[in-house]
Amino acid sequence: MEFRDNKAIYLQIAEYVCEHILLEKWQADQKIPSVREMAVTLEVNPNTVMRTYELLQNKNIINNKRGIGFFVAEEAVANVKSYRKAQFMEDELPIVFRNIYLLNIDFEELQTRYNTFVKENF
Amino acid sequence: MIKIDNLNFSYSKHRVLFKDISMQLSSGHIYGLLGKNGAGKSTLLKNLAGLVYAQSGKIEVLGLDPAKRQPALLQQICFIPEEFHLPAIKIDSYVKANAAFYPEFDHQYFADLLKEFDIPVGQKLIDMSYGQKKKVIISFGLATNAKLVIMDEPTNGLDIPSKAQFRKIMASALTEDKCIIISTHQVRDLDNLIDTVIMLDENKIALKATVEEITDKLSFKRLKEIDETVIYAEPSLAGYNAVMPNYHQEDSKLDMELLFNAVLAEKNKLKPIFN
Repeated sequence: MEFRDNKAIYLQIAEYVCEHILLEKWQADQKIPSVREMAVTLEVNPNTVMRTYELLQNKNIINNKRGIGFFVAEEAVANVKSYRKAQFMEDELPIVFRNIYLLNIDFEELQTRYNTFVKENF
Repeated sequence: MIKIDNLNFSYSKHRVLFKDISMQLSSGHIYGLLGKNGAGKSTLLKNLAGLVYAQSGKIEVLGLDPAKRQPALLQQICFIPEEFHLPAIKIDSYVKANAAFYPEFDHQYFADLLKEFDIPVGQKLIDMSYGQKKKVIISFGLATNAKLVIMDEPTNGLDIPSKAQFRKIMASALTEDKCIIISTHQVRDLDNLIDTVIMLDENKIALKATVEEITDKLSFKRLKEIDETVIYAEPSLAGYNAVMPNYHQEDSKLDMELLFNAVLAEKNKLKPIFN
């Protein structure tokens, strides 16, 4: 995994885990890598991974089964989506809006392009 | 784990290094010790390992005074110096001669680390390159299972793949009962491994804060233009890399080099933020 420059590492690791869940590489009730395994894979401090796992626990995306490890939560996909949606609305959408405004982009044109994009990609 | 109280240290009357330094370090962390050349990073590490003696003040490591060099403490300290000399013997002879001083030495772990680092076991230490020797003493040091791990510029001399191996090894070496202190100039090699930054400057601890505390209080941003809210900025291709107070509770990524330069240049602006 390649870290980007502008976002806290623990949040980038959260995205990495969320992505694995959305792509169903890790499914509900499945065990995910331990804090140590994840730290070694990503070459980061285990305390950083712990911070990520605490965040994801609070969002009900993963569970900690004491003594066994961390597991993907039952409703993880729905919770990932609402967590990511909130982030998108807060962080990314304002930048898109700014460009739409500055470049005078028409909403209808956007709608057409969006529809084509969905058709081509999904 | 470590308690330093009012430490004063100088090599001579004219070269004072530390003036009344106090701080505490606990287990379960990887501390990154930063500072300009000559700021005293290596000397601070040597004080902790009982290799030099302070003029006044108190140091306690695991409840003991390192200057007394008691075996009970020395067997719990792994010290990887920047410059070292290894004898003209093979690795197994080196282990036979030295492992006995560390009751918790783990031979299997040592073998695993050498393998991870790609070191041929049968080779004589003297025939090895600096980087290979360094990997041997890092492996030996970690295999001692000492509670205090001190490394002075550990990535110096390591090639590109070895640096990644080193990061993996350190990520896995940190346990609840270990305190790891790494001094470095190569912050880009290690910035995701370090969870607490200690910066020495002008005979003092200029900063000691966790990455979480730092990014809680400061925001690291790329800006097109800078204004008076910016504490410190450096020009870059896209505008400026800037450090500013974290007004909007943003979670930015700590840029350790930028922080280092900001502390050197804008000490007075940063001090109130961290107190």
